[in-house]
Amino acid sequence: MALLSFEKKYRVPGGTLIGGNLFDFWVGPFYVGFFGVSAAFFAFLGTFLIFYGAALGESWNPWLISIEPPELDVGLGFAPLKEGGLWQLITICAHGAFISWALRQIEISRKLGMGLHIPFAFSFAILAYTTLVVVRPVLMGAWGHAFPYGIWSHLDWVNNVGYAYGNFHYNPAHMIAVSLFFTTTLALCLHGSLILSASNPERGNEMRSPEHEDTFFRDFIGYSIGPLGIHRLGLLLATQAVLWSAICIVISGTVWFDAWADWWFWYVDLPFWVDIEGGVNG
Amino acid sequence: MAEYQNIFTQVQVQGPPELGVIEEVFLEERTQNTRFSKLLGWFGNAQIGPFYLGALGILSLGTGLIWFLIVGASYWAQAGYNPAVFMRDLFYFSLEPPAEEYGLRFAPLKEGGLWIIASFFLLISVLSWWARSYQLASQLKMGKHVFWGFGAAIWLFLVLGLIRPIMMGSWSEAVPYGVFSHLDWTMNFSVIYGNLFYNPFHALSIAFLYGSALLFAMHGATILAVSRFGGDRELEQIADRGTASERAALFWRWTMGFNASMEGIHRWAWWFAVLVPLTGGVGILLTGTVVDNWYYWAQTHGYAPLD
Repeated sequence: MALLSFEKKYRVPGGTLIGGNLFDFWVGPFYVGFFGVSAAFFAFLGTFLIFYGAALGESWNPWLISIEPPELDVGLGFAPLKEGGLWQLITICAHGAFISWALRQIEISRKLGMGLHIPFAFSFAILAYTTLVVVRPVLMGAWGHAFPYGIWSHLDWVNNVGYAYGNFHYNPAHMIAVSLFFTTTLALCLHGSLILSASNPERGNEMRSPEHEDTFFRDFIGYSIGPLGIHRLGLLLATQAVLWSAICIVISGTVWFDAWADWWFWYVDLPFWVDIEGGVNG
Repeated sequence: MAEYQNIFTQVQVQGPPELGVIEEVFLEERTQNTRFSKLLGWFGNAQIGPFYLGALGILSLGTGLIWFLIVGASYWAQAGYNPAVFMRDLFYFSLEPPAEEYGLRFAPLKEGGLWIIASFFLLISVLSWWARSYQLASQLKMGKHVFWGFGAAIWLFLVLGLIRPIMMGSWSEAVPYGVFSHLDWTMNFSVIYGNLFYNPFHALSIAFLYGSALLFAMHGATILAVSRFGGDRELEQIADRGTASERAALFWRWTMGFNASMEGIHRWAWWFAVLVPLTGGVGILLTGTVVDNWYYWAQTHGYAPLD
């Protein structure tokens, strides 16, 4: 059954950005729309190209299949299909699919009379992906600086690029991004826990109220951000984590070229204490 | 786009402070004073306090402060008691665990003994705060989900600082207390054991970490997007589904063919967040105890190239 009990009354025409009523229909549970068609087109084409690339590769082991970007000497030009051209086409398809998906979310939000927070949030993920495979490679002058499409090969890429800048953990934007990811997870756990602990109280008790939620958190840490605030906080933390991840990689190799540990010398070398003996840097 | 998207609270209404429900709370332990912050009120609740102290709270904050002061005193000594050097090298100082030769025995104060003492206080602090999360939920007759969620984080904390060092037979295996030194520790840990990226539990932990950010972005955005229908009143929506829940559910059903319920999304959230330290802790615990080199292990198990 594709329909939920209450679904029928919400399935009304309207809210599309382009295409009018032409694609304004559902397939099973999925809304289609113009951008559903374009997303499906790019997704199927991209997936087909990945399989084509896998067939050209050495292994059908799903862990090891990898679509490599062009060699560095290709620069920012087009590469032959088997030498990175596939990667370039797949990158175009990925952008087509991701951007279609975001626009489709806008159409669905409009249809349901909702705010546009979800496509706004998703655009941060697209931004991070674009930063990795387009912005940074373009700034550095070669598609070969982008990461390969493979389960373990992209981990190798992260590993190698990280060591190219010494210990990448010293990258201040990376520090902020990691802290935000951990904080997001902490906040998510606390929010999920609080709702579940109020809706699933101790045996034999009625469901707890929002006042219990506020009381628990004020007892616990002296502050309860409230049911609206926690969702603002979650959205903010999660999108900032992604934004700072994008920042931490785009500055590596474009504005900073050395080991990230050396970046911190500006602080140690401030004129008023650089000459003092003692400590670690004295 | 012109509609208001509920990014911040435009009109702040301020009544008398809420002093909290009573249920079975020992009211002597709960402070009476509250404050209002207009700045916080733009984003969330404006009210700060009251706060429940209690014996466990005093124990936790006290021992936590002792840990903080021990680490700080160690840095202060490393700075040669010079405030300028203290500030200049703050991120470089480190309170290190004992060297390998001491094994699991106590070490002289300046050679890691202080680290052991500080760690003891930190352990008491964390565990008493954990017990507090149970006590406070219990007084309000609530579920113990915060307690178990916090327990997952404590599992990772114990693996890093207690369980794995004991299994390896030396406190030197534990993480030092320092900003840069704990980053160096993380880096060396990966290098020594053949690249932690090939540790499948590490991969799982990262997947759940990113998944948590994804889920919170999805959930936070969804609730804000239906807040014009009262979607932020989640408990009410769980008990008595309204149009906010219906639209939120249909959004994801129409987008990706699947939706959670207002209660179910919080179960997804809880499990994703809890599985980050749970799988991460398993990955750390296996490293050096069961698996010496994750890259070789990956080659043996068919997911790293056989160069």
